[in-house]
Amino acid sequence: MSTKNIEEKQYLLRFKCDTKSHLTVLDHDVCMTKCPDKICTVFCPAEVYKWEGTRMQVGYEGCHECGSCRIGCPYQNIKWEYPKGGHGIVFRLA
Amino acid sequence: MSEKFDVIVVGAGPAGSACALTCAKNGLNVLLIERGEYPGAKNVMGGVLYRKQMEELVPEFWKEAPLERPVIEQRFWMMDKESVVQFGYKGLEWGMEPYNNFTVLRAQFDQWFAKKAVEAGALLINETVVTECIVENGKVVGIRTDRPNGEVYADVVVLADGVNSLLSKQLGFHKEFRPDEVALTVMEVINLPKEKINDRFNLEDNQGCTIEIFGDSTKGNLGTAFVYTNKESLNIGVGTTLSSMIKAKIKPYELLDYLKTHPMVKPMLAGGESAEYLAHLIPEGGYRSVPKVAGNGVIVVGDAAQLVNAIHREGSNMAMSSGKMAAEAVVKAHKSGDFSESSLNSYREALNSSFIMKDLEKYKDAAHTFEKYPQYFNEYVPMMNKAMSKFFTVDGTPKREKQKQIMKSVTSERGTIRVLQDIYRAWKAVK
Repeated sequence: MSTKNIEEKQYLLRFKCDTKSHLTVLDHDVCMTKCPDKICTVFCPAEVYKWEGTRMQVGYEGCHECGSCRIGCPYQNIKWEYPKGGHGIVFRLA
Repeated sequence: MSEKFDVIVVGAGPAGSACALTCAKNGLNVLLIERGEYPGAKNVMGGVLYRKQMEELVPEFWKEAPLERPVIEQRFWMMDKESVVQFGYKGLEWGMEPYNNFTVLRAQFDQWFAKKAVEAGALLINETVVTECIVENGKVVGIRTDRPNGEVYADVVVLADGVNSLLSKQLGFHKEFRPDEVALTVMEVINLPKEKINDRFNLEDNQGCTIEIFGDSTKGNLGTAFVYTNKESLNIGVGTTLSSMIKAKIKPYELLDYLKTHPMVKPMLAGGESAEYLAHLIPEGGYRSVPKVAGNGVIVVGDAAQLVNAIHREGSNMAMSSGKMAAEAVVKAHKSGDFSESSLNSYREALNSSFIMKDLEKYKDAAHTFEKYPQYFNEYVPMMNKAMSKFFTVDGTPKREKQKQIMKSVTSERGTIRVLQDIYRAWKAVK
């Protein structure tokens, strides 16, 4: 089957998860008070960011490590590092 | 691992492996560091690899490298909601030696390419993140990794750490990129039997086809989509500048699903099985976004140096060439014993006089023009479709009258002067 949504797409991938997040929202208040669009929850290609009413939930385990959130956050509010060597996403094909 | 190498290359993608291979062939002591489980584990590409620049590194590589299909046909689609204007070129000469380009799957290709560097004598270490360059007295002297006691020293450090290049940012070679300087691209690999691909794309077993799709593929935003044929799968992807995605509030995977279910695209994929989903940034700032590429004891290559020609979807070839040029500068510096910025700047000069900077210079205004004036994607593509439909629909109207009607509808939609301005602007941006 060809995938129809992000859950099915993410399910195709292999991840070697670290126990510690390589993505950190620096100040959840900034998301809450200054950022009505919460645009990271829209453009993140893996739906890593989910707004939960008062704070941003960061599902770093499904991250593609593309860097969009670091560049696209209007408040430079995301600290972005690489996962520990050998961890994170493992592309098998393209 | 407190050792000293002649050169440390950070990142085993096309730029890094090209550099490591060339340095090793010239007898240098090379360390190639990769953060993924294996080279290619973190790398994504739509899939077109050009023969020319690869051949300069590994002669007749097509006899041994894991390639998919030689591309013998390149199609371009200007797509509207229920129609498409097509043009393209198909030539059998591209299907035989020396070939023009190939589709590849990067996770396999990159492992093979890094192995060539290892066979030439480079030491490859996987699963290691370089966290920073070690700088002493204004000179890069080595790297710090995320391994215990993970400092390693070298005369030169080559940063081939990809589009995000945190390391060259750390050194102050560039500021954080703006959302209009990068394109966010998502793709899927969709498995499909060989026979189906051959039938649907009018190909033989060892012939490939690429389709670049403009217009409704990005819902009129600045970007493109593509469908590339592998041996037994298709790569289908779509990307726009991150700034367009933010402005239009697009979810990239929804845009991909929109493309996959578009009536002009859907039949190509019918019966296919999704095998992988991938997202990546492409550096598309062009000429004006190229950072400082040489400093004391350090050189920047490939995507890390923003060397991508988005108009011609060339990137991996520029990565390889820049990696090779960097290696040549390092070899020269090794002979003279001078690893200063002024010595390593011979790399910048080589870049400048090559096709890389010449092509980037040619299109230096293109991204900006098309970002600022979105009508090329969201107005002219639909207009072209309407014009072709009108011209080729036989309804008893004389052809000369049809031409008049088409011209009139174009100028009434946008205004004669604006049409002339648009044409002049587009010509200036790509001339």
